[in-house]
Amino acid sequence: MRRLASDTLIIAERNLIRLPRAPELLIAFTIQPIMFVLLFRYVFGGAIRTPGYSYVDFLIPGIIVQNIAFGGFVTALGLNEDVHKGLIDRFRSLPMARAAVLAGRTLSDIVTNALSLGILLITGVIIGFSFHTSALDAIAGVGLLLLFGFAFSWFFAFVGLLTSTPESANSVAFIAVFPLTFISSAFVPVNTMPAALKAFAQVNPFTIVVDAVRHLWLGAPAHNSVWGAVVWSFVILAFFSPIAVARYRRAAGQ
Amino acid sequence: MADYAIEVRGVVKRFGDVLALDSVDLTAKEGEVLGLLGPNGAGKTTLVRVLTTLLKPDSGSARVRGLDVVRDAARLREQIGLAGQYAAVDENLTGLENLVMVGRLYGADRKTAKARGAELLEQFDLVDAGRRPTKTYSGGMRRRLDLAAALVAKPPVLFLDEPTTGLDPRARLLLWDVIDQLVAGGVTALLTTQYLDEADRLANTIAVIDHGRLIAEGTSDQLKDRLGGERLEVQLEPDADPAVAVRALAPMSDDPPVVERTVVKLSVREHRGAIVEAVKRLSEAGVGVDDLALRRPTLQDVFMSLTGRAVEEPGEEAERAA
Repeated sequence: MRRLASDTLIIAERNLIRLPRAPELLIAFTIQPIMFVLLFRYVFGGAIRTPGYSYVDFLIPGIIVQNIAFGGFVTALGLNEDVHKGLIDRFRSLPMARAAVLAGRTLSDIVTNALSLGILLITGVIIGFSFHTSALDAIAGVGLLLLFGFAFSWFFAFVGLLTSTPESANSVAFIAVFPLTFISSAFVPVNTMPAALKAFAQVNPFTIVVDAVRHLWLGAPAHNSVWGAVVWSFVILAFFSPIAVARYRRAAGQ
Repeated sequence: MADYAIEVRGVVKRFGDVLALDSVDLTAKEGEVLGLLGPNGAGKTTLVRVLTTLLKPDSGSARVRGLDVVRDAARLREQIGLAGQYAAVDENLTGLENLVMVGRLYGADRKTAKARGAELLEQFDLVDAGRRPTKTYSGGMRRRLDLAAALVAKPPVLFLDEPTTGLDPRARLLLWDVIDQLVAGGVTALLTTQYLDEADRLANTIAVIDHGRLIAEGTSDQLKDRLGGERLEVQLEPDADPAVAVRALAPMSDDPPVVERTVVKLSVREHRGAIVEAVKRLSEAGVGVDDLALRRPTLQDVFMSLTGRAVEEPGEEAERAA
C-alpha cells in the first residue's frame, strides 16, 4: 500500500513536469475554457432565460463541469501515447505497484482540473459571477467537482487503453462526453427540452453534479443532488477503475 | 541458486490463429550472453515479452534466476532490466529525469536515484544531453538512454530486444561497445537481433528462431561447423557465362552451386586441392576468372541453409532508416 502511494506520486510528478514544457497543453487548460465562458455568457447567454439567477451565475457551475469532463482527454491521449511509445511496457517490467501508472495519471488530472477550475472561477468573477452561500459551502462545491473529475478520469483512462490510436481515443471520448455535457442542465434549464431529452437530462450524472454545485454555490434547491453527485462519482470510480486496471495489465500485450 | 539464469521449457504462445511461440526450449547460464537470431516476426520479441512478465505463456514454463514468470512475477521484475525495440523513454522529460523516475520506481530514494542517473549519463556519454528533454535526442542517443534506464537498478539479467535496429553504423558500434562493457561486468543477457554480425560479435551462444520454433542452438563456431565443408566463391569475368561455370564446378560439391550475378558459390567436399582443381576445371571449360577464394561458412550461410532464406543485412536497414 505504501508502495502504491509512492509510485503513484512519482507517476503524477512525471505527468505534471511536462505541463510547463508543453505550451499547447497549457493553452488547452487555460485559454480554451475562457473562450467557452465568454462564448456562452455573451453570445448565447442573452437568449437563454434562467429564472431566479443571472445567466453568469447559472453558467459558471455548468461550464466548470463541462471543462472537467473534457480535461480527462489528456489522460486518454497520454495513456494511449504511453502504450504506443513502449513506456507502458517499461513500467510493467518494473517492480512497481500495478495500479500506480493509472492512479498517478488520474491524480495529476486532479491538479490540472484544479488549475482550470481556478482560472474559470476568476474569469467568472471578473464577468459578474458571485457565490451566494457560505465559504464552507463554496469549498464543498470545489471538493465535489474535483471528486467528480477524478472519477471521470478513470473513464478516460479506460478509453485511452481500449483504443488503438490517439485519434480513435479522441473520437470515442468525444462521442461519449459530448451528449453528456450538452444534454444536461450545464448550459440551459432542462425543462425547455423535448420530453425524451428532458428525461435523459434529468438522470444524466452531469445534470446531477451541476445541480449539486449550483446548490452549494448559489443556494439553488438541492433535491438530493449533492448526495446524488457523490454517489455517482463513486459509482463511476467503482466501475471504471477496475476495468481500466484490468485493461492496463493486458495493455500492449499483443 | 538456480542452475540457469534463464530457463525456458516448452513455452507456447498463440495470438488467434498464429502460433507465435511453438514449444520453445532455451537456457542461458549466469554471465552468458544468449543471442536470439531470427527474421522479423520470428517470435523473438514475443519470447522477450514472456520472460519480462509482459505476456503470459499459454503453456510451458519460463524462469529467470529460478523465479517463475507467472507465479513469481513481482520478485522476478526486481532481477531484470528491459531495453526494448522502441526506445521507451518519456519524451517530455530530460534524460536525467527519465533515469531518476525509473530508479525511484525500482524503489530507490530520490537522492540515490539522482546519483545513479548521473553516473549512467556519464557512462553512456550523455552528460550534456542529460538536461534536455529527450524529444531533442537522436535515435542513437535515445537507444543509449533506454539502455541506461534498463541498468538503473543494476539488474543481474538484461533483456535487449533488437537494441541496434534502425541505427546508423556508427551508433551501432558505439552501442556494441557499451554492451561489451556490461557483459564484461558479469551480467547475463538475452539479446535479440536480425543481424548476423551482431550475434557473432556479442553472443556466446546463438539460438536461431523462425516461425516461433527454435531451429538451431550453439556457439557461432558450432553452427558454422554444422554446414560442413568450406565455401568456394568464384568471381567470374564480366562476360563469362555463369551456366558454363556451374556445369564445370558441379562435380566438386554435393549441392548444386549457387549463382549471384557473376559470383558462383559452392561448398566443396574436399578442402585440399580445391582451388587448383577449380582453376583447372574452369580453364578447361574456357571460363574467365577474376578472383577465387576458399573460406569458412558465415552465419549468413548457416541461416540460409536453416531457413531457406537470407536475413536482412544491416546495410540495407541503415539505408532505409536514414
